[in-house]
Amino acid sequence: MAKMTMVQALNLALRQEMEKDDRVIVLGEDVGRDGGVFRVTEGLIDQFGEERVLDTPLAESGIAGMSIGMAIYGLRPVCEIQFSGFSYFCMHQIEAHASRMRWRSQGSLTVPMVLRCPYGGGVRALEHHSESREAFWAHIPGLKMVIPSGPRNARALMISAIRDPDPVIFYEGKAIYRAFREEVPEAEESLPIGKAQRILGGKDLTIISYGAMMRPTLEAASLLKEKDGVEAEVIDLLTISPLDEATLVESVKKTGKAVIVHEAPRSFGPGAEIASRLMEKAFFYLEAPIARVTGFDVVIPLFSKEQAYLPNAQRIMKAARSLLSA
Amino acid sequence: MPRNRVELPYHVEYVSVLDEEGRLDQALEPKIPDDLLLKLHRAMVLGRRFDERLLSLQRQGRIGTFAPITGQEASQLGAVAPLMPGDWMAPSFRETAAQIYRGLPLESVILGFGGYNEAASLVKEGNDLPVAIPVASQVLHAVGLAWGMKYRKKQNVVMTFFGDGGTSEGDFHEGMNFAAVYQAPVVFICQNNQWAISVPRSKQTHSKTIAQKALAYDMPGIQVDGNDVLAVYSAAKEAIDRARSGGGPSLIENVTYRMMMHTTADDPKRYRKDEEVEGWRKRDPIQRFQKYLKDKGLLSDQKIEELEAQVKEEIQKAVEHAEELMKKYSDPLPMFEHAYEEVPAHLKEQREELKRELAEMPKEEDHG
Repeated sequence: MAKMTMVQALNLALRQEMEKDDRVIVLGEDVGRDGGVFRVTEGLIDQFGEERVLDTPLAESGIAGMSIGMAIYGLRPVCEIQFSGFSYFCMHQIEAHASRMRWRSQGSLTVPMVLRCPYGGGVRALEHHSESREAFWAHIPGLKMVIPSGPRNARALMISAIRDPDPVIFYEGKAIYRAFREEVPEAEESLPIGKAQRILGGKDLTIISYGAMMRPTLEAASLLKEKDGVEAEVIDLLTISPLDEATLVESVKKTGKAVIVHEAPRSFGPGAEIASRLMEKAFFYLEAPIARVTGFDVVIPLFSKEQAYLPNAQRIMKAARSLLSA
Repeated sequence: MPRNRVELPYHVEYVSVLDEEGRLDQALEPKIPDDLLLKLHRAMVLGRRFDERLLSLQRQGRIGTFAPITGQEASQLGAVAPLMPGDWMAPSFRETAAQIYRGLPLESVILGFGGYNEAASLVKEGNDLPVAIPVASQVLHAVGLAWGMKYRKKQNVVMTFFGDGGTSEGDFHEGMNFAAVYQAPVVFICQNNQWAISVPRSKQTHSKTIAQKALAYDMPGIQVDGNDVLAVYSAAKEAIDRARSGGGPSLIENVTYRMMMHTTADDPKRYRKDEEVEGWRKRDPIQRFQKYLKDKGLLSDQKIEELEAQVKEEIQKAVEHAEELMKKYSDPLPMFEHAYEEVPAHLKEQREELKRELAEMPKEEDHG
């Protein structure tokens, strides 16, 4: 097995699916010659040509809308929006059409497309390049919203996203694109969409997170064990919508306490939905109020202050300790 | 059934006043007062040297990503020079030299690219919108500003900038259409610098020119040598005067070249040849303008040297001042300001939460 960054692992997934299935088309701004601004599509144009790897004009709504048409026609478009901050240009195409074409046509027309976006803070980027707005998409019925947390699960989830019969919004954490490497098998490997993973078993509390925030979450879990002797159970959502309620409920029934971590703003964020589900399905097992460690309800500040905005291990530990002492 | 030709009174002109050697076409020479010519020259030199300094600051990690403007000094400065008090500018993100010309302090640029929201608080004068990073999104704002001017019966105009890539966005077309429908006083300036990151102009649009896109909206469109500051000034002046006198919007395509990377996060060697860049170096807007000014007796090598020294000092002072301001603006708590006019209760609570955490943070490190 080769050790890969998330960028390389995603590239592998795209390459293998394109080799296997001639319906798969990659399109977006700078995805061809440049290999994508983060190099996720590097080399694909050389291997598959300009008919399957389209350097599009600079128009996000155009990219999303054209992908919808391709998908309806039977292709499997994987489109890239260069930064999630520019994906709102295509919101109307996704909301008005991609998410509901199956419903509008009573099942006769479907939109099996993947919309990839780098998201999140922590890389000293310009304005509109650091937001974490997964809740926008997760709120739309008919969409699936996937956020991997590392190279291996990114590759496996991308394979599933391309094969999924419904539109999938696929967020890729810029902060973890190259931050670490993992063994990624050359042989095909997929992970089911809609299924969370228990990364660490524990009895004292449950910490739920996803994407780039898994790193501070795991760091906090390890510090809690080392300093406080606390055994935290850690769950990586992997899919934001549809939410894997069963895995979350099962864990919280065991531990009685939950901390939810995301860098998206707190109000109406994924944590609000997760907390509600836990209230509905595990209320009588809860021993303390559910805690959220999140970005604040303001636009993420420009990069000199972004670390103060983003959740970190200290913040997560503090929330955990406050639950444990409740 | 008839199948007749619809006669459209349109054509696209290409304007150049100075050739590549800086030689003048006297018939086309605009009447620009000497002091304005020298002011423009100074702004072009400042724009270039400041760009070079920003690049070195970025490479040293003292600021973050930025979008260089080198090679596009004439294209933006020639355009804004005829604007008058009360006129507005709606820039994209590659008009730094024009913003400075219109009063943006160098310190604000450095702080902005240094990742400080406080950069915006240094803007004390002028009517301009902040940079718009989502491509072409500002074009529509220009139309709204212009409608306000028309409604209030002001003799003012709005100038909006975008690149060749921006003309592919729906917002560009919507802005052009709205402006024409409402005959709003907008001057649309396309800085066609040939590259939208890695996508060349030829793959951005199938049109032969960008100027011709004006025809679909029934407004004048003109193509200009964007590295010729006199040509850019002439075309801009004509469009501004027309808009100001109630003649509606215009589109100007400045044919120029992005000599540097898209932003400092980009590596153009992946998709374009050095020879192409070198070819454009011969058309350098500053050298051509300097030749013209020398021929006119307004400039000498000695004066250029003096100017270079002045500009260098001005930039150095700004860098030092900006770095002092960075220390002053180290507190993250102001992130809760300016979300709303009045800070709502939940944000006050979150601000207190962050305040407590910041106070506790060093203790946590002590334990480690």
